[in-house]
Amino acid sequence: MILRSLFSGDLPRSRVLTVLLLLILAGLLLTPFLFSGAKSLNVAAKICIFIVLVSSFDLLLGYTGIVSFAHTMFFGIGAYGVAIALTHLGPTWGAVAAGVALALVLSMVLSLVIGLFSLRVKAMFYAMITLAVATAFLTLASQLSDLTGGEDGLSFKVPTLLQPSFSLREAPFLGAYLDGKFISYYLLVAVTLVLFLVMLRIVNSPFGRVLQAIRENEFRAEALGYRTVVYRTVSNVLSALFATLAGCLLALWLRYNGPDTSLSFEIMIDILLMVVIGGMGTMYGSVVGATLFLIAQNYLQDLMKLGSTAASGVPFLRNLLAPDRWMLWLGILFILSVYKFPTGIVGRLRARVRSAP
Amino acid sequence: MSSPATPVPAAEALPAVRKDRIPLLLVPVLALAALPLTGSLSTWVTLTFAGLAMGMIIFIIASGLTLVFGLMDVLNFGHGVFITLGAFLATTVLGSMAAWTTSESLLRNLGAVLPAVLAAMAVAGIVGLAYERIIIRPVYGQPLKQILITMGGMIVGEELIKVVWGPEAQPLPLPAAFRGSLIFGEAAVEKYRIAAVVVGLLVFAALYWVLTRTKVGLLIRAGVHDREMVESMGYRIKRLFIGVFIAGSALAGLGGVLWGLYQQGVTPQIGSQVNVLLFIVIIIGGLGSVGGCFLGALLVGLMANYTGFLAPKVALFSNILLMVLVLVWRPRGLYPVVNR
Repeated sequence: MILRSLFSGDLPRSRVLTVLLLLILAGLLLTPFLFSGAKSLNVAAKICIFIVLVSSFDLLLGYTGIVSFAHTMFFGIGAYGVAIALTHLGPTWGAVAAGVALALVLSMVLSLVIGLFSLRVKAMFYAMITLAVATAFLTLASQLSDLTGGEDGLSFKVPTLLQPSFSLREAPFLGAYLDGKFISYYLLVAVTLVLFLVMLRIVNSPFGRVLQAIRENEFRAEALGYRTVVYRTVSNVLSALFATLAGCLLALWLRYNGPDTSLSFEIMIDILLMVVIGGMGTMYGSVVGATLFLIAQNYLQDLMKLGSTAASGVPFLRNLLAPDRWMLWLGILFILSVYKFPTGIVGRLRARVRSAP
Repeated sequence: MSSPATPVPAAEALPAVRKDRIPLLLVPVLALAALPLTGSLSTWVTLTFAGLAMGMIIFIIASGLTLVFGLMDVLNFGHGVFITLGAFLATTVLGSMAAWTTSESLLRNLGAVLPAVLAAMAVAGIVGLAYERIIIRPVYGQPLKQILITMGGMIVGEELIKVVWGPEAQPLPLPAAFRGSLIFGEAAVEKYRIAAVVVGLLVFAALYWVLTRTKVGLLIRAGVHDREMVESMGYRIKRLFIGVFIAGSALAGLGGVLWGLYQQGVTPQIGSQVNVLLFIVIIIGGLGSVGGCFLGALLVGLMANYTGFLAPKVALFSNILLMVLVLVWRPRGLYPVVNR
């Protein structure tokens, strides 16, 4: 019962998916104990950040049916908010709070303005306009070098508790050092969990149902008496705010932010791939998609290196399997996903349950 | 529809379309407004030619995109792939004809550039045919999926180009006769820019001729205006659309060659970089309008070069600024065509 209300009545509804999600959760919770080394911890932290980011995008794309290419802009606002505040105000918690608050306000205003001005138009135009706005913002961020550090970005110190040099106790606990990284990581996991559950709550509320109605048939939703522009704008703002929070988490974790880490168009494409492959309009799809994508990004290349060496005699095939070309295969998977299973992996798993007697 | 039910005399039923010529003034007005700001006439001439050349190349690329959108409501986010493809094909063809490109004779240079252009257009057209089949056809009429799928096409296309040509940037030097500048009085104008303007004008003239003087063009224009009506007359608009798509892809390939030569180098990312510029141009022009696209491209090109000289920091946003200004004046672009 508690579990049901915690998940807002929207349980995974598939045994395989449940196991998968539990595995991901366990993996994220135990990473510092299971794996040593900075890489696995970094991958796990990125998975957490992207779960929030991709879920917030799913709120917009999967639940409301709006394609926006400006999502990284809000991600970047969050990251820059924290980065700028900590650079100028020093490494205190007050600075973190100020940065997060300012970033949230800026994101809210921007998303509200963009939404009110351009959500009345058709999906295509919205996609184009957001693409243009996001490009302009990226340029702006790399030009205002006094504030944002330009192309080099900003490196800054985080509050003492989160600094890698900080240590709770000298001796390792179950093989893990209880240092600032350790604390930051669990803070990250906790915030991710909370934010994800809040988003799950939102999409399963009456408000979320209206969003889905708009996605399915905007005209009908309007005819039922819902002001679709208002709902779409609110959805846009909410999704922007959660993306901003994800950006704050990114900056706190990396202790660095620059245009390429949070604003680049590549990240936008990554988010698209994650949400579509994982499953649009399912929320859990974001978890699966983000995890799959980031593991592929970090470990698939090793596998492809093997394939590439095996095929080194065949010139074209060797290039196809080259480790740098891993995006090719994910891109093909993406196109197939949109065609064959628009609800992605999660939808696939759930469909298996439904077709069974 | 507010058409009257009572029959009216034929002359009144079809009033002559009032020509809207005000947007035509924008280009000279912008150019003249920049004249006092740039300070010297020679600088102004150089900048204007640079802007026109850039605008022409963008027009060549964007014309296909806007027609495809007007005809079938298909917005191809993967249009950039054809630019990249054209530019990389040019590196291959021109690279293998080094003896001809380095020769000082204009004729020999053209003998090298022409096959490069033809190869780029042919290959881009054929790839466009396949692209239409695989990527676009299954998702007609589903805007959301279309955006996602064409974006996927962009990703896969870019990666495939990296597989064939490698991920590094490649130089694409101008043939010898196109290097250097011509001097008019005190103004220096790069030869290649003049060539680009000429090619752009030729393409515009050809497109204009096809669209206004041939039956195919008539059908295309009618299809942009009202697809269902043309279909109900018994014309297969899908077939027409495939033709337009292939032509648009081939033009993007040509534009890619010109753009690559303009930049004197190619990276696998040029397509996605130009994409945003293309969208701005076709929005400014009014989606579906080739004339509007032409004006929009020239405005964007001129604006980029003037502001690049006067205020480099502003230049990075000049296109967005231009788009906002135009949309405030005419919310559906300079020449709104599509009534959907």
